[in-house]
Amino acid sequence: MDSLIKLLKTNARLTDAELAVMLGKTEKEIADDIKKLENDGVIQGYSAIIDESVIDSNSVYALIELKVTPQSQSGFDEIAKEISQYDEVESVRLMSGGYDISVAVTGGNIRDVSQFVSQKLAAIDAVQSTATHFVLKSYKNNGIIINSSETDERGLVSP
Amino acid sequence: MIDYNKVLSKTAIEMKPSGIRKFFDIAQSIDDIISLGVGEPDFKTPWKIREAAISSLKLGRTVYTANAGLMELREEISKYFKRTIGMTYSPVDEIVVTVGGSEAIDISIRTIVEPGDEVLIVEPCFVCYAPIVSLSGGIPVSIETKAENEFRLTPDELREKITDKTKLLILPYPNNPTGAIMEKSDLEAIAEVLRETDIMVISDEIYSELTYSGKHCSIAQIDGMRERTVVINGFSKSFAMTGWRLGFMAGPKEVIKHSLKLHQYAIMSSPTTSQYAAIVALQSCEKDIQMMRDEYNMRRRYIVDAFNKLGLDCFTPQGAFYVFPCIKSTGMTSDEFCEKLVYSKKVAVVPGTAFGKCGEGFIRVSYAYSINHLKEAVKRIGEFLEEIKNN
Repeated sequence: MDSLIKLLKTNARLTDAELAVMLGKTEKEIADDIKKLENDGVIQGYSAIIDESVIDSNSVYALIELKVTPQSQSGFDEIAKEISQYDEVESVRLMSGGYDISVAVTGGNIRDVSQFVSQKLAAIDAVQSTATHFVLKSYKNNGIIINSSETDERGLVSP
Repeated sequence: MIDYNKVLSKTAIEMKPSGIRKFFDIAQSIDDIISLGVGEPDFKTPWKIREAAISSLKLGRTVYTANAGLMELREEISKYFKRTIGMTYSPVDEIVVTVGGSEAIDISIRTIVEPGDEVLIVEPCFVCYAPIVSLSGGIPVSIETKAENEFRLTPDELREKITDKTKLLILPYPNNPTGAIMEKSDLEAIAEVLRETDIMVISDEIYSELTYSGKHCSIAQIDGMRERTVVINGFSKSFAMTGWRLGFMAGPKEVIKHSLKLHQYAIMSSPTTSQYAAIVALQSCEKDIQMMRDEYNMRRRYIVDAFNKLGLDCFTPQGAFYVFPCIKSTGMTSDEFCEKLVYSKKVAVVPGTAFGKCGEGFIRVSYAYSINHLKEAVKRIGEFLEEIKNN
């Protein structure tokens, strides 16, 4: 199971047939294993790792730290779920340490993101404060090295 | 003007360049080539090994070591032999740290072979054995292994080539280029033939860690074989340390003491930085080896399946990181196949003939590449096969 997860993590587009060959299993076994991982919630979904800046060089990615007042019944959950509803939001995480909730946001430009923070996030009652960090450059994302310029230094043919 | 043909050594002049060289030149002349031709890992040396080297430099450990290598490293090598093949070699006088497995091959052959001696070389194999045997005035005698035996050496094939001049057998398993291995029962049958003779064995086990079914077995483990066997291994393949140039050899002290003289006069001592790094490799990199082996294993399954689906018969190799598919169904020679493939689809593989005459009809494909790289290459080879079928 571990090696299956590892393979899917680096390339979710491998077909069941390919995975079966590589792991020395049958296609049916792979399909069953994946079904189980999905049912158990180990696999939550599949997505492509996109470098937005290639599509639009103005696009920005920001990490926002929120300090939040926990609610009497639900603690942080309700606020976090509310924030998760916005399309601009890529990820929402409850954190230990100096702040409570970490929100990753993408936007077409800095203004879009700033407006989203000041008008949407900061406007939520329970949010006490926000600190916005714009990402300048990504080097590695989801285990994938971004725009790796490393070339194969080995010769083309060697004994 | 000096006539160099008169002043230079005849042996050197007559030595043929490696069959790979010619192919390398062709591949080099073509842009955007996608290669499956490399005989070295695609992994970087594990970081803690590199760190150990850096730290040794910071500490100023930049002088020669003992001729045979750092004692601490030899002790680790001794433990390594114990835990991998269950053999005891004394770090004091039965182990030499060499400049890659290559130097170990060189000095062990020179230690054993005299002019006129016949040396049995199991082919297909790595390219350096025969030329080095010739340097010592020895006579290389090929033993051709066969695809139907999964390229294992059989006792009959061995017996057939033994004469009263036979001095040495070179046994290269797990094998480059075929990926074949010799299991314990195979080795026992070979030992049975050798025990009643004075023939020595050099067992080149550089790919021992890359064995995919069960544990690697060395011929030195078989009854009566330790006294006649020199075992060669190294860090290049198993620890992804090709550029560090570090290997080692072990054998009976009566052999090793003479090899050590050759090493001492030619090399002094192996690279000090590499030796410090190698200590860490042996002490704490078992997990890294396992990770790399698992990765190669997945690629191996993928590529064997892919070639069989393409209609190029490919036996399932159990070692190293090569597959050796048969291309006889295309009606081409290995050389033709490889040249046409590289010119028309820009995929470089190595003709089987680079590793001995009996490699004719086969190509060596390295899977020391990422799955995506392998997939692209397989796709192009598939297109190539379609095109030649339709022509």
